[in-house]
Amino acid sequence: MEIKVLGPGCAKCKEAEKVVLEAVTESGVDATVEKVADFQQIASFGVFSTPAVVINGEVKVVGKVPSKTDVLSWLK
Amino acid sequence: MEPLEKKTCCATEAVAEGSRPRDGKLARYLLLLAPALVIWWVAYGMLPGFSRLLTYDVLGIAQGSHLGDSVEFLLYDTPKVLMLLTLVVFGVGVIRTFFTPERTRRILAGKRESAGNVMAALLGIVTPFCSCSAVPLFIGFVTAGVPMGVTFSFLISAPMVNEIALVLLYGLLGWKVAALYLGTGLAVAMVAGWVLGKLNLEPYIEDWVMKIRTDPSALPPDNQTWVDRIEAGFHAVKDIVGKVWLYVVIGIAVGAGIHGYVPEGFMASIMGKDAWWSVPAAVLVGIPMYSNAAGIVPVVEALLGKGAALGTVLAFMMAVIALSLPEMIILRKVLKPRLIMVFAGVVGLGIAFVGYLFNYLY
Repeated sequence: MEIKVLGPGCAKCKEAEKVVLEAVTESGVDATVEKVADFQQIASFGVFSTPAVVINGEVKVVGKVPSKTDVLSWLK
Repeated sequence: MEPLEKKTCCATEAVAEGSRPRDGKLARYLLLLAPALVIWWVAYGMLPGFSRLLTYDVLGIAQGSHLGDSVEFLLYDTPKVLMLLTLVVFGVGVIRTFFTPERTRRILAGKRESAGNVMAALLGIVTPFCSCSAVPLFIGFVTAGVPMGVTFSFLISAPMVNEIALVLLYGLLGWKVAALYLGTGLAVAMVAGWVLGKLNLEPYIEDWVMKIRTDPSALPPDNQTWVDRIEAGFHAVKDIVGKVWLYVVIGIAVGAGIHGYVPEGFMASIMGKDAWWSVPAAVLVGIPMYSNAAGIVPVVEALLGKGAALGTVLAFMMAVIALSLPEMIILRKVLKPRLIMVFAGVVGLGIAFVGYLFNYLY
């Protein structure tokens, strides 16, 4: 599973990355988590408010920090 | 083996929470919110008497003394501002769930200049986005066909008309000043955006921006229930009030000190009406400063009490909030330096105009 956390590096983007990493560890799913800070790449997903989380190319959340419960449900 | 056990336990727990029915939650929230609002209202009304009682009877400070003035100010304004802030941040948090940046972009996409500028400035107040989203937002708006001037109106109004500043101005200086701040902030965003749109600055956007094709249909649908909206309100209170309360208290403490100890009319010569240069100076000093409204408004109140002119002080506050150096550095990723300078110049002139207007009116 390929997970991307989109965000240039503000507090909320770091929080989103933390939540995703925690959820991945907790679920034991085999996934790579990548932080994307490049605006060109962020825009190519059609995302224009950060943080956003993309799993296997599909945008799951835009403009807010997801809850751990949300992330766990996406990982299933 | 313990960590592994713990992992599986938490995972099942979290999944169970996700699938729990939420029907009863809305009723519970409403039952909680109604009495909370009544308690808020009663407590708010009791604050003036309570602060006097605490200062002069409980603490035994002499009435009319410098210390008494300062302490009474501190004990009255701190709970008042924090209570107002909690209520308004909750309300704004709920309202904002109705205005996602995606929806705002759809609303603005077909709009012409002028009507679009007005709408963008208004939407800038209620659309939630964190400051580091300014660049993706700019790209998203411009590539979706929102005119550049309209995009600028949005980007100017969003930080400039700030709910925290509005609450503080209302709580500390009354509704007239708050309304003037709201009105002139919107006016600067509308006019500055319109002017920037007329200047045909498209060549000064970095070239790669225009080549990007965005596909908003790939985004997840936005279906929120009232439970989600109320929870967003709680979350906003925890997030925003939790972050700014300390600045508010420090700001009010500094304000209280100025209030009790700086002589009347002390500020008149430096920040008074007669010092014509004070307005542009306030804007220039304000631009590189980066502070949130929470810390600056209580100081503004105290300065006003000592003879500083309203327009000068408001211009200073607007420059601090709306034109920050960190934001311009972020915008540099999509805008060429010349456009950033024109942007700062037009907004700065607008703010200076507001400053002179207030000094003239009051």
